Amino acid sequence: MILAAEGGIGILIPVWQEIVVGAIAFGLLCFVLMKFVFPRMEATFEARVDAIEGGIERAEKAQEEAAQTLEEYRRRLSGAQDEAAAIRDEARADAVSAKEEILASAREEANRIIAAGHANVEASRQQLVRELRGEVGNLAVDLAGKIIGQRLAGEASTERTVDQFLAELSDDTANETSGAR
Amino acid sequence: MTDSAMVLASEFPPGVDSFDYRDWFTGLSDTALTNVFTTVTFGVWLAAAVLIVFFLWAYRKPRLVPTRMQWMAESAYGVVRNSISVDILGKEVGVRFAPYLTTLFMFVLLTNFLAIVPVMQISPNSHIAFPAVLAIITWVIYVSVGIRKHGLGQFLKITVIPPGAPAFILPLLIPLEFLQNLVLRPLTLALRLFANMFAGHLILLVFILGGFAMLESGNVFIQGLSFVSMLMGIGLTLFELIVIVLQAYVFTLLTTLYIQGSLADEH
Repeated sequence: MILAAEGGIGILIPVWQEIVVGAIAFGLLCFVLMKFVFPRMEATFEARVDAIEGGIERAEKAQEEAAQTLEEYRRRLSGAQDEAAAIRDEARADAVSAKEEILASAREEANRIIAAGHANVEASRQQLVRELRGEVGNLAVDLAGKIIGQRLAGEASTERTVDQFLAELSDDTANETSGAR
Repeated sequence: MTDSAMVLASEFPPGVDSFDYRDWFTGLSDTALTNVFTTVTFGVWLAAAVLIVFFLWAYRKPRLVPTRMQWMAESAYGVVRNSISVDILGKEVGVRFAPYLTTLFMFVLLTNFLAIVPVMQISPNSHIAFPAVLAIITWVIYVSVGIRKHGLGQFLKITVIPPGAPAFILPLLIPLEFLQNLVLRPLTLALRLFANMFAGHLILLVFILGGFAMLESGNVFIQGLSFVSMLMGIGLTLFELIVIVLQAYVFTLLTTLYIQGSLADEH
């Protein structure tokens, strides 16, 4: 069949078979694409958006976690620093007090030793003095007996004289020692 | 006219009979199946088949990170979806109509494109039947969408009465608006596409067949100038490519605008 056989206007009159063919072909195309292709594309677009947004969310979460960890770490670090400073101060205070204690006890000990020494010396001197006193008395009596040839021993007057003499003597020595001091 | 199955335009000057294609099977010519198996209907089937195969194959296994083919298919959909459908109809409605509009755009684009495919070199849209089918579908869509949204009475009122028109002019306006919005829209839509493809084909025929006609003339001068006509034919083929894309875009855009008009609360 020739379209334009009837004349120029023929081209504006659709051939009904072509309308049928066009409708079927286009209908089939619409059916396939709109049912099997484009809905899946929309689903893919959505999945893609989800994936991207999910990725961003995950990254943000991880960042937040990292920030938290850092904060925690810093807090712990500063806590540890404070603690270390406290320990150091305590140790320093301990050391100072220990030093003072040791010094005090050493000073005490020294004083004690010195006092003991003094006491010793004093006791020795007293003993010496006592011994000397007896000795000197005997010696003097012996000597005097020999010189005057008379036995004075056992007589009260003699003993009194000796004691008096010795007392004077000890006074003199006491004065001498205190003067030497 | 020859008796061969395919009539190739070979006479100069070309005329409307250059658009006549005989049945491939000459035995069908006097039956109801006449005009069903011609080069033009073959072009329609070819375009539909290419699109179906391409999209199904490119989207057989969609992935989040698209392959090259998947990316191409998504781009084709994405262009119509985002820069036409969603842009004009808004996000929600736009996404709903995007599949049809994309199918429409791709179909018109490909059938138009057959106008410059070697061997074929005729667009099915240069036969009024195919643009008419598409325009009727557009009409059905924008009318039914409008009726579903507003109800028949309200839709008619919105369609035929422009807002703010004074009452005394309504007797004149109502028939005009009715004619324009409900009768002429599908006609102009179909005619625009048809006329562009028809004229494009005719222009290519004029320059290319003209080139051959000049070559066959007895005059040496005219024979020497025939290459100018040939070059024009090549240049106009490139120009035709622009028309092809533009008409596919315009058809889709107008369909979208009509749908938008039907969905709008007020004009």
